[in-house]
Amino acid sequence: MRALKAALWRLAQAVPVALMVVVLNFFLLKAVPGDMADVIAGEAGAATPEFMAQLRSQFGDDQPLPAQFIAYVKKVATFDLGWSFRYNASVASLIFDRLAATLLLMGLALLLAVLLGSALGVVAATTRQGWLRRLIGLFATLGFALPAFWLGLMIVVLFTLKLGWLPSSGLDTMGSDAHGWAYLRDVTVHLVMPVGCLAFSYLAMYIRLMHEAVRDVSQLDFVRTARAKGSSRRRQVWRHVVPNALVPVVTLTGVQFGALLSGSVTLETVFAWPGLGQLALAAVSSRDINLLLGLLFVTSLFVVVVNLLTEAVHGWLDPRIEHGARR
Amino acid sequence: MSVLSVEGLCVRYAGQQNPAVDDLSFSVEAGQTLALVGESGSGKSTTGFAILGLLPAQAQVRARQLAFAGQNLLGLSENALCAVRGGGIGMVFQDALSALNPLMTVGEQIAEAVRLHHPVSRAEARARALALLKRVRIAEAQRRLDEYPHRLSGGMRQRVVIAMALAGEPRMLIADEPTTALDVTIQAQILRLLADLQAEAGLALLLITHDLGVVAEMADRVLVMRHGRCLEQRDVLDLFNAPQHPYTRQLLAACPPVGSPV
Amino acid sequence: MNLPWRSIPLWLGALCLLAIGVAALAAPVLVGSDPLAMVARPYLWPGQNAAHWLGTDMLGRDLWSGLVYGARVSLRIGLEAGVCTALLGLAIGCLAGYFGGWVDNLLMRVTELFQIMPSLIFTLVLVIILGPRVDTLVLGIAATAWPNVARLARGEAQRLAGMEFVQAARVIGMSEARILWVHILPNALMPVLAMLAMLVGHAILTEAALAFLGLSDPNVVSWGSMIGAGRDVLRTAWYMTALPGLAIFFTVAALGLLGGALNDWLNPRRGGLQ
Repeated sequence: MRALKAALWRLAQAVPVALMVVVLNFFLLKAVPGDMADVIAGEAGAATPEFMAQLRSQFGDDQPLPAQFIAYVKKVATFDLGWSFRYNASVASLIFDRLAATLLLMGLALLLAVLLGSALGVVAATTRQGWLRRLIGLFATLGFALPAFWLGLMIVVLFTLKLGWLPSSGLDTMGSDAHGWAYLRDVTVHLVMPVGCLAFSYLAMYIRLMHEAVRDVSQLDFVRTARAKGSSRRRQVWRHVVPNALVPVVTLTGVQFGALLSGSVTLETVFAWPGLGQLALAAVSSRDINLLLGLLFVTSLFVVVVNLLTEAVHGWLDPRIEHGARR
Repeated sequence: MSVLSVEGLCVRYAGQQNPAVDDLSFSVEAGQTLALVGESGSGKSTTGFAILGLLPAQAQVRARQLAFAGQNLLGLSENALCAVRGGGIGMVFQDALSALNPLMTVGEQIAEAVRLHHPVSRAEARARALALLKRVRIAEAQRRLDEYPHRLSGGMRQRVVIAMALAGEPRMLIADEPTTALDVTIQAQILRLLADLQAEAGLALLLITHDLGVVAEMADRVLVMRHGRCLEQRDVLDLFNAPQHPYTRQLLAACPPVGSPV
Repeated sequence: MNLPWRSIPLWLGALCLLAIGVAALAAPVLVGSDPLAMVARPYLWPGQNAAHWLGTDMLGRDLWSGLVYGARVSLRIGLEAGVCTALLGLAIGCLAGYFGGWVDNLLMRVTELFQIMPSLIFTLVLVIILGPRVDTLVLGIAATAWPNVARLARGEAQRLAGMEFVQAARVIGMSEARILWVHILPNALMPVLAMLAMLVGHAILTEAALAFLGLSDPNVVSWGSMIGAGRDVLRTAWYMTALPGLAIFFTVAALGLLGGALNDWLNPRRGGLQ
């Protein structure tokens, strides 16, 4: 019961943020030079002023701003995100068709990066070997500096063009009718490079986060208590420091999720991954602002959802968070 | 033979001119309480941490002798030290809230201390943790076992810390300002608890405090410290009746007369 | 507090940046006036021709000139966007942290909103609406990168607002605006400055990503747009992609080293665990 109440409370808190996303999106839409009628007229080649006026009243562009806003909110509430003229399809369906591919890519990459990055961060923060600490630190600095999409292109050169080991584009082999294990294997082979590359680009952040968190937690009194009761160093680190250090790392994953998504967008275009990033590229190249705004809206809501999830994990990790209500 | 015997203890932090502890010598017998008294920064806590090797790496610890139950602590490997920490000498800290891991239940933390020093099953460790909570007279011990530290009151938390210090069945306790962070009434309870536990098990107690009222109530012997040095070391009655060092007299003058209601 | 003069990362980062900066400034002297001029046979690989030691691109333009001129654009956008990000974040964070109450509440909700919007897509939208030019790129990058700075500055401002010298200033009747200007801003500036190198690095990377996605000022060449152009011939001439990427990597790595060293210096920490 308390858990349900807490969940509802969190959900309620997310509503104003979601509303602000809607408002901002509306204003961005209005800030676009030209309106829908111009776009259609452009597509059609030429249009008479009468036809334009008719279109405008059809789209409600001749209404006062507040009325337009209400109409917009009504549409958004039913997930009507408008029409993409580039694809000649509804924006919502375009996006939801590709959401799963992005989720798969990001989920796997995040999992890898969190596990490996946290482990390296712990090692960096606790090792007595100065060279090892510096090496991991250097690795994190370099990881920050490598543009993910460029790294992607370079490993395509190496593994696809030179060595011919891995496929460089798509989620599966086009035209292949494999299914079952064979299909799974096909997808896995296609996943190796995009996931590895994206995970690498996230890695630096997690190394740094975990390194700092472990360093901070190590200074806390309860670690000394653990030592005073006879815990070995390894036990102090893994039983007492690491669980406490994971708390801020989880929270920051939620907060930074919007930024993490950016890495995925550029990398997807490198590997022709059939996800949101490719959609974004298509929208940019054809200046399809409807599609792009739809993407912005859906991904923002997505980040809100991820935030809710990480908060739930946070509450589960840290008993001091009294299930939402206080904070 | 003394439980703990310290001779010529010196602690120096790298890059600092003056030693934090300078040529300190004392010993503690079973069943006896030695109070280390001094203002903050006098080196008394450093002394307590130095005995168990709990100081950061920048601290250089030297001594002519630092022996627990006849065993030289300074030469010990990290593994052997781990056995002494909690198993031979238990430690009670000042701020019980920060001394407890916020993510582990009270029971888990005490049971961990039990299992570090006794090869027992989880269930047995939990049973012993419960017994320890009862021994430090926590109300509703069974229920507290699964509570997290932040749910307990300050006095209860300090009892948990004491229970944890006792989990390895040590022969000696080092209590670093065990009551400073507590309300006055709770202070008296905790001190009485410490005294009772000491009497029950014949523990040697090294009590680190700045509070001469606590000293008068608990200590058999007193060592007055300032700037890392020992000013005088006497039986508690002698000290209160005839303080020799002018600094001790100052300390006594700044403190309400012994026996007056606190 | 003394600068850690013996810090190797600090020197390495600073020297690299100095070299890149000088090369960018001295571009006309170094490589002539026009990086877009077709000067040799196209598809010359690096090392094939001594006159064009880094080779030429698919239109026969000298890649070394392109890189040096690209540095001007990438560094300029990086610096301008980094500084704008810092100023924007500093202003919002200081206001929120100093005034607290509803001002803080409102500004932090806005900060949250900007943090939630996926930054790259948001920047794409802004740049497309405004049209891709150097100044709109700067604006688009800064408009999405400031929330982290604001959070940092807010924390500092909150801490400072509670301190005695600020209380004292209020007691003697100093106006709020003046207190902000004289006491809060300069003190909150230091930690933000330590972040600046990272912000510039982030901006350079974002510009490159935007250019790669096809959103760059068509009138100038940046490292990102070189990568984007090189991608089409990745199969036959991958050096055209590799070289500008390396330039970005070295620049941002140098910024990272410098930023890390500055950060350690301004926010020192002791090592803890035994």
